[in-house]
Amino acid sequence: MADAAASARRPERPLSPHLQVYRWPVTMLTSILHRITGVGLGAGVLLVAWWLIAAAAGPEAYATFLAVAGHWFGRLVLFGFTWALVYHLLNGIRHLVWDAGYGFEKTRAERTGTLVIALSVVATLAVWGLAYFSMGAF
Amino acid sequence: MAASKSSLRTPLGKVRGLGAAKRGTEHFIAQRLTALALIPLALWFVWAVAAHAGADYAAATAFLSHPVNAGLMLLFVLAGVWHFTLGLQTVIEDYVHADGLKIAALVLVKFAGAALAVALVIAVLKLAV
Repeated sequence: MADAAASARRPERPLSPHLQVYRWPVTMLTSILHRITGVGLGAGVLLVAWWLIAAAAGPEAYATFLAVAGHWFGRLVLFGFTWALVYHLLNGIRHLVWDAGYGFEKTRAERTGTLVIALSVVATLAVWGLAYFSMGAF
Repeated sequence: MAASKSSLRTPLGKVRGLGAAKRGTEHFIAQRLTALALIPLALWFVWAVAAHAGADYAAATAFLSHPVNAGLMLLFVLAGVWHFTLGLQTVIEDYVHADGLKIAALVLVKFAGAALAVALVIAVLKLAV
C-alpha cells in the first residue's frame, strides 16, 4: 500500500547511469573507453621513450629492447598499445566532429560509436598484418 | 572548498559575477589543437613502426637519423606528451577531490610530462644530429 502511494507520488523516471544495473549504451562504452585508452596511452608513451632512448644509447640497449618487445608478452602489450592508440585516434576524430557541432543526434552517435569500435579492431589487425609482413612472416 | 553550512547563499550566487576561471578556454583549445596535429602524426608513427617491425639496430637508427623522420618524431612525441598531460589533468580534476592530493597529482603530472618531453627530445636529437 505504501509502495503504491509512493509510486503515485513519484512517477518512474529514468535513472542516471549506474554501472552495475544499467544496460550500457554504446555511447557510454565508447566514452569510458576513450578515457581508459587515453590514460593507458601514458604507458605507451613510456614504451616509445624506452624505444627511442635505447636506440640513442647504443646497440646493446637496443638489443635488450628488441628482446623484450619480441617476447610473446611484449608483443601482447604492444598489441594492446596499438589497439588503444587506434581506438583513441578514431574516437578522437569522432569527438572533434562533435566539437564542430555535427553527429550528436542519438542514433548518429550510436552508429558512429559502433563503427569506431569495429574499425579500431580491423585497423589494429591491419597494422599487425603490416608488421608481420615487414618482418618477412609472409 | 566545502561551502560553509551556515551560509544562506547558494554556490551559484557566490560565483556569479566573478567571471570564468580564465584558463579553461586555453586548456580546451590546446587539447583540440594537439588532437588535430596528432591525427596525421599518429598515423605516420603507426606506419613507421609497423613497416620497420623487427628492424635491427642499424636499420632502426638509419630510419630515425633521417632529418624528416626525426622532425616528425619530435612533433609526434611533443604533441603526444602535451596532449596526454592535458588529458590526465582533466581525469585527475574529475576524480580526485581532496585538495592536497589533487594539487600534488597535478604538479606530478606536469613535472613528469616535462621530464619525459626533455628525455625524448634528447634521444631523438642524439640519433639525428
